[in-house]
Amino acid sequence: MPRWGMVIDLAKCTGCQACVVACQSENNVPCVEPEQAELGRIFAWLAVLPELSGEYPRISMRMLPLPCVHCDSPPCIRVCPVGATGITPEGVVRQTFARCIGCRYCTNACPYTRRMFNWYKPEFPGEYPQALNPDVTVRPKGVVEKCTLCSHRLIQAREEARAAGRPLAEGDYVPACVEICPANAMYFGDLDEPTSRVAELARSPRAFRYLEELGTEPKVIYLSEGEWAGGKEAQR
Amino acid sequence: MEKKHSGSPQGLGNDVVLLQPIIATRSSFYHLALVLLGFTTFAFFAWLHQLRWGLGTTGLNVPVYWGYYITNFVFFIGISHAGTLISAILRLCHAEWRRSITRAAEVITVLVLFFGVGSIIVDLGRPDRMLNVLKHPNFRSPLLWDVCSVGTYLLASSIYLYLPLIPDIAILRDHGAKYTRFYRLLALGWQGTERQRRLLDRCIAVMAVLVIPIAISVHTVVSWVFGMTVQPMWHSTIFGPYFVVGAIFSGIASLIIAMALIRRIYFLQDYLKEIHFNHLGTLLLVFALLWFYFTFAEHLTTYYGHDPAHLVVFYSKLTGRYAHLFWAMVVSCFLIPVGILGRRQTRTVTGTVVASVFVLVGMWLERFTIVVPTLSRPRVPWAKVFYSPTWVEIGITLGFGATFIFLYMLFTKFFPIVSIWEVQEGREVALKEVAERVKSYLPGPEITPEGAAAQATVGAIGLGAAEDLDVRRAESKIQTE
Repeated sequence: MPRWGMVIDLAKCTGCQACVVACQSENNVPCVEPEQAELGRIFAWLAVLPELSGEYPRISMRMLPLPCVHCDSPPCIRVCPVGATGITPEGVVRQTFARCIGCRYCTNACPYTRRMFNWYKPEFPGEYPQALNPDVTVRPKGVVEKCTLCSHRLIQAREEARAAGRPLAEGDYVPACVEICPANAMYFGDLDEPTSRVAELARSPRAFRYLEELGTEPKVIYLSEGEWAGGKEAQR
Repeated sequence: MEKKHSGSPQGLGNDVVLLQPIIATRSSFYHLALVLLGFTTFAFFAWLHQLRWGLGTTGLNVPVYWGYYITNFVFFIGISHAGTLISAILRLCHAEWRRSITRAAEVITVLVLFFGVGSIIVDLGRPDRMLNVLKHPNFRSPLLWDVCSVGTYLLASSIYLYLPLIPDIAILRDHGAKYTRFYRLLALGWQGTERQRRLLDRCIAVMAVLVIPIAISVHTVVSWVFGMTVQPMWHSTIFGPYFVVGAIFSGIASLIIAMALIRRIYFLQDYLKEIHFNHLGTLLLVFALLWFYFTFAEHLTTYYGHDPAHLVVFYSKLTGRYAHLFWAMVVSCFLIPVGILGRRQTRTVTGTVVASVFVLVGMWLERFTIVVPTLSRPRVPWAKVFYSPTWVEIGITLGFGATFIFLYMLFTKFFPIVSIWEVQEGREVALKEVAERVKSYLPGPEITPEGAAAQATVGAIGLGAAEDLDVRRAESKIQTE
């Protein structure tokens, strides 16, 4: 059984936000009006967080693309009163939109703040509705949604492999954000397969996991020189 | 051989004043009811508006996903501790001064619970799927523990309110002023026979014991909703007892306010006396000190732990964005109540009511400063967004408060708000019981009633004010005999 994971090389990331846009259009993530964005209701399954460090003029900036990190021990699934979220045997933290009661306990329990709530009925302006991805449900108002690691792509890849009578090969299944990355900063694959690229990179001395100290066991691994300070200075 | 106790309206004597609110209603009642129902209607429309457009109509945002509604939930569930803790504990301790205040407390519990549950339902994004908590329960979720314990509590406290109400309903039935059929149905054929009395006493005692652990579990579980996450300043081991203390604290405060209003409006100064307010004021003082102890311990531990994520929230409460709310809470939960209640001269009806109003405001702020600052400063650096409520949340909050007051008023129009039979029992049975009890505390051989009275006076030195008073009353009664 594979254990899907992602590796992001922060030294390669240019902060171009292509992954964010790819995710929006792949997963039918609704658009947010500017007024709503000002209220803090920015809607993105994957966000690129900036980190500033040092004092002017010796200042440095890094970018941290942060999807749902698909913890092996997710704080969000424990707290859901109706079991609308859970972890699949392959390690994907899933959300059942049709069961969610919208209590937003999971959004508050997630230390990465990577769960989104539908404040209104999702809006797709102009010609956008024609460009919706038919493989992904549009979520109704009042439910929580999150990154699924593009699991509809996994279903499709698996079916194609079965039709061709071969096992699922590395690279058959890749989420939209990884596929689009122009800097090739993102890698995706089976962390339990020792020969895979992600498993190899995860063993690198440059590898670290965000907020690892909380014991959440994230499956998104970052590569960087020096630890990511978590933007603690920006927070103050 | 079954002896009939007094309980007929003829035998009520001066206690007939307790039926007055049910018999006659003044026009001011209707005026106030109209104003309160205005708030209810407004809240209802606010909720319809929110249902129509979504929770976007509130001031909630990313990452402050919980705000006024969850604050209200914790606050209302906290107030519900008035009934059980005052009534059940005082009953079990045979504190005789409880007799005229237990009913007023128990009604608060049952009614306010509906608004606690209501706050959660209003907070849901999909209230239409509410029953999923029964269809697909996840027992690992503290929110499901809440569903279980609040449900049990609502059931237990309703029974606990109803049982001591039965003899009074029978009085109303026999009095026959109005709704006789309604009271006959509820009185369950109560005749006040020896057997029925014994059964009722037994049932009340069992419920009083049962309801205490349930009440404590309820607010502990409410605190665990926060404590079981890894979020800074939520993940704390003392949240259980801290919340329980806060709950009893706000419960006593709301009971004092309710009693003062009842006493004023229904002219019950003879039943809800200065001494009751003095005793409850002392209890409130004790809880003010306990509350401060917990608050201080919690914040000092956080400060010495020096975890950066916790400190960010810590400073946003003490010196940052939420400092004015935090310090207002400290002033109104600790400084003002202790200042007023610490002195005997100011522990009067007015004094305790003023202190209670501050405590209620302060405890609401406490809930708010627990829920919101943690959410607005998550570990992941997020856009600097702050939460302020919209008219929808304010309207629903006010509407909940007003509807609670309205239902409480309505209750006093159907049932005596001071337990008639318990006051009568106090006069007829308890006086002698107290004298016997004090006698049993004292050394020496069995003594005659005269001797007991003389001994009791000596023994009363060093006892609490309540016992002292009971003993003196008992003594004078024995002397008249």
